[in-house]
Amino acid sequence: MGWFSRKNKPVKADNSPVDINKEVWRKCDNCGEIIWLKTLIETEYVCGKCGYHFRLTFSEKIRFILDEDSFRELFATVGTEDPLDFKDSLPYKKRIAKAESQNNQRSAFICGEGRIDGKDVAIGFLNFEFMGGSLGSAEGEKIARLIEHAIENRRPVIIVSSSGGARMQESIFSLMQMAKTSAALALLDREGLPYISILLDPTTGGVTASFAMLGDINIAEPNALICFAGPRVIQQTIKQELPEGFQKSEFLLEHGMIDMIVKRKDFKSTLSKLLEYLNGN
Amino acid sequence: MAFNELPFEKPINELKKMINEMRSAADAELPSGKAKIARLEKKLSALIESTYKNLSAWDIVMISRHPQRPYAMDYINNIGDNFIELHGDRGFKDDTALIGGLLEVGGIKLMVIGQEKGRGTDEKIYRNFGMAHPEGYRKALRLMKMAEKFKLPVLCLIDTSGAYPGLGAEERGQAEAIARNLREMSVLRTPSVSIVIGEGGSGGALGIGVTDRILMLQYSTYSVISPEGCASILFRDASKAETSAKSLKLTSSDLIHFGIIDRIIEEPIGGAHNNPHEIFASVKSALIEELGALMKLPPNILTKKRFNKFRKMGVYNE
Repeated sequence: MGWFSRKNKPVKADNSPVDINKEVWRKCDNCGEIIWLKTLIETEYVCGKCGYHFRLTFSEKIRFILDEDSFRELFATVGTEDPLDFKDSLPYKKRIAKAESQNNQRSAFICGEGRIDGKDVAIGFLNFEFMGGSLGSAEGEKIARLIEHAIENRRPVIIVSSSGGARMQESIFSLMQMAKTSAALALLDREGLPYISILLDPTTGGVTASFAMLGDINIAEPNALICFAGPRVIQQTIKQELPEGFQKSEFLLEHGMIDMIVKRKDFKSTLSKLLEYLNGN
Repeated sequence: MAFNELPFEKPINELKKMINEMRSAADAELPSGKAKIARLEKKLSALIESTYKNLSAWDIVMISRHPQRPYAMDYINNIGDNFIELHGDRGFKDDTALIGGLLEVGGIKLMVIGQEKGRGTDEKIYRNFGMAHPEGYRKALRLMKMAEKFKLPVLCLIDTSGAYPGLGAEERGQAEAIARNLREMSVLRTPSVSIVIGEGGSGGALGIGVTDRILMLQYSTYSVISPEGCASILFRDASKAETSAKSLKLTSSDLIHFGIIDRIIEEPIGGAHNNPHEIFASVKSALIEELGALMKLPPNILTKKRFNKFRKMGVYNE
């Protein structure tokens, strides 16, 4: 076989980061295709080449859901603490500081008031860019306050999740946020106010196993990973290949865990119609 | 015995063996022999005391998972009478990892729910190692609602490494089953007590843990993820489990300090497995005391207090 072996190093594609103007171009995280931002918006942030759904930034989510300029933030001052003085490969305090400065936020949950076709809603978003959108004490506190605010002002609640689950660095405190947020939803339930949960890619672990699955209506975007235990953990447990499409939105719809799959461009019109029904006669 | 021996138990067991050998030795009845034995016994009790005073978080993790540690079924059989087991979630099947039924403890009739790991290979497999599927959580909720209807208090015995991560569990909505329990338990109109008797593994534990009172056995653990899971995810190194155990602050003394749990039930020296009857008695009296206080409160006060208890949990700044 020596006849055919290369004398020179094999030719490789240039994988170095491309310096592109993000205001005009975006690079697909999956296939590397460079896409004109205007085209990307027209295709609902789905790559035309490989079908990858770009994870939406906060302002993009707002644009898909709320009336223009209707969002007014609440409880922005609630910030993350380090009650366990936790250290893994990096101290938690450093991770918080990094996430805060990169996102210009104090926690992974942004919430407030907004309008959908003129209808008032209390709405919150888990930001995957802030420590994987994980649920810690600050996030749990803001979710509970948002729900209490909704009860006081008779508003429907919408929570848009994308999260890696409970925040390990806060151990028992993050676990208890699952109970705290679910208990707050029980009060909302008793008040007869609607709660719509929107699950974006990915929604996993302790977030799925608490408020994200408790919607009167659960809505997922197409092809999102939604699960309790992640595919890797399950594969390690059962030591078999996982079926095609396992734990994707379509799988959850088939198994009765969500009410519907809605394309991003239809979020707003769907929510608007649902709220008309849920607000009653 | 050596099979179940924990690393830090080794010097203690060796000394015990030595004392036993000396007792059967020729000079055991002679003054010199007696003095030797007495000296060693003194040494033994000092060793036990110093060992159990200086347990690391990882040592406690090992005790909480000790194969001889009393399991849920042992408590049910030893703290109460007239147990009637109730089966099934009325939807899919009966989950054998999670036992439920009617029990009388010190004259109090109650609904007990417990995660059972099973002893011995066959039973462990039958019990799925104490890892419940969604139908287990749904059975638990069915029984809790029944308890509410008939005004029986609820006792939850927590002992699981976590909810089962598998194909069927995901298909049938593990996340939804746990989430629903969290919401419904928070407004259950009957008194509830949970006791962590071994491992309090994450959402799988909390799924039966939203109760008026949360008790922990001294050498049990409660955390958001297992030390092994934390090591492989955060430290990216599975061998860092010992370090993770320390970082996760998962022992009963950490959690009472944080105000998360209400009470620690002290264990016999050497852990519950060294003297099961002592721990059964302690659990029984603690339970009767807690239930006695809770059963005096009307349901609306109970649910309000329960909500406030969980509402306050968390540390943040503003």
